Amino acid sequence: MLSNHNSQPKLRIADLTMKFRSRRGADVTAVDNLSLDVYDREFISIVGPSGCGKSTLLRVVAGLIEPSAGNVYLDGKQIDGPSADRGMVFQTYTLFPWLTVHGNVEFGTRINAKPSAERAKIARDYIEMVGLKGFEGHYPKELSGGMMQRVAIARALANDPEVLLMDEPFGALDAQTRIIMQELLVNLWQRTPKTILFVTHDIDEAIFLSERVYIMTARPGRIKQVLDVDLPRPRSLDLITSPTFIAMKRTVLASIKEEGLKAINVMSGE
Amino acid sequence: MKWREPAQLGRLFALMAEQIVTRRPFKLSNDLRPHEPIPRTHYSTIVALSILTLLSVWSVLSYGGIVQPSYFLPSPTQVLSAAARMISDGSLAENSWASVSVIVTGWAVAALLAVPFGILMGSFKFFEALFEPVVDFIRYLPVSAMIPLLILYIGLGIEEKIAVIFIGTFFQLILLVADVAAHVPKDLLDSAYTLGSSRLRVVARVLIPATLPGVMDNLRITIGWAWTYLIVAELVAAEKGLGIMILESQRGLRTDKIFVGLVTIGVLGFMSDMIFKILHRVVLPWSPRAQ
Repeated sequence: MLSNHNSQPKLRIADLTMKFRSRRGADVTAVDNLSLDVYDREFISIVGPSGCGKSTLLRVVAGLIEPSAGNVYLDGKQIDGPSADRGMVFQTYTLFPWLTVHGNVEFGTRINAKPSAERAKIARDYIEMVGLKGFEGHYPKELSGGMMQRVAIARALANDPEVLLMDEPFGALDAQTRIIMQELLVNLWQRTPKTILFVTHDIDEAIFLSERVYIMTARPGRIKQVLDVDLPRPRSLDLITSPTFIAMKRTVLASIKEEGLKAINVMSGE
Repeated sequence: MKWREPAQLGRLFALMAEQIVTRRPFKLSNDLRPHEPIPRTHYSTIVALSILTLLSVWSVLSYGGIVQPSYFLPSPTQVLSAAARMISDGSLAENSWASVSVIVTGWAVAALLAVPFGILMGSFKFFEALFEPVVDFIRYLPVSAMIPLLILYIGLGIEEKIAVIFIGTFFQLILLVADVAAHVPKDLLDSAYTLGSSRLRVVARVLIPATLPGVMDNLRITIGWAWTYLIVAELVAAEKGLGIMILESQRGLRTDKIFVGLVTIGVLGFMSDMIFKILHRVVLPWSPRAQ
């Protein structure tokens, strides 16, 4: 269908609709006819008010839930269920508690039957990249929340996915740790760009990290607005206080606030 | 003067604790704040007091001849000498072994079957719908009420007692393990899927390992329950065992031997608990519950 390779998006979400049937039998539309393209090595964020279906959207892309209508294409091929080509980092702590840091990072490459020497090297490299050298033999119960999420990122990257999906990965961390993690992620991406689809409700985070920010409407979730973040790279945290950044933030904030109010009105109207 | 008594009692406590606690003056009320820790020395003092109180009440009642007739409550020395006799003639070890072997056999068979069943039931709605109605019904039937049926079916031998233990623990354990499996976080499984795991691999490499700490805890708890069922089974019919030993002692009015039997069961139960806790730490060093 798309013959020109250069213009083909890495990830294409086409006319996606997600409906859930409540216990009372009424259909609730979480995501409504949403389309979105992510190109190779782009860092894309999706922000939106709580309950706008942004996490649902990410799970559909991961293949963990089936859409009610529409399709997701990776390199032009329709996805069918979860696979190693779409790695995911969750908001909750999802390290396997019985594996060490090294064992966790090796999990994917072990499943995909890489030779053991290569596996060990990949794991070492990624553990070092997220700054956890020296912690290889630690179990998750011995790590802090921020360290666990670093391992989760290393685990997903070590598997070399085509697309990395991140569902509010820093949402459970305290404010200081979150800033450190954002800087770490932006550095990782600037060194070795990956195609990343990042979901968050933190506007600073979305603008700071991304090339483009998609703002979603309140339920049912649609794309309300797209913001191109043409801030220079490499980016550092000083950026957050720059006038351009603040102007962008103001745009997103106004847009989100409008949707947030709508969501509250819908709820109180019921 | 009477109204002063509590304060004097408080000072007595203070005297005992003062050698260990420094600076802050001791106040009993400080140890009675809900959910607040108390100094370790206070804690061990109170533990010692608790045990001492029990022993002294027992001593006063027995040596003082307060409980009549005297064979109702043997004195500590009588129980100790009965224990010494039963240890030296080997009867205590023999009876304990008879009970322990029945318990471990019945419980192990139950565990071997209940753990996989429970994991299936907790993880797959399909198996939950298939098994739960039956299991949920049977677990409410008291095992003791099934003993007559078991005697009819398999007689009075050791098999009957093993069957009692099995029935007593199997159905409970299934539901406990199912609950553990059902509470494995879904994101953990989803992570494995997004790392390229097949469904079979997710079950074998993620779901089952994730249940192990909970399974271990429930194995420890159910082997404790097994003692209750064993004594019931032995009281009906047995040649050897702690239950029948207690029953026979009652016929001979040997309360000292009954006490020895009770304490032995307590000690064996405590030991199995300790063994499981150590095992948890050794086999599952990664478990957040391994202390």
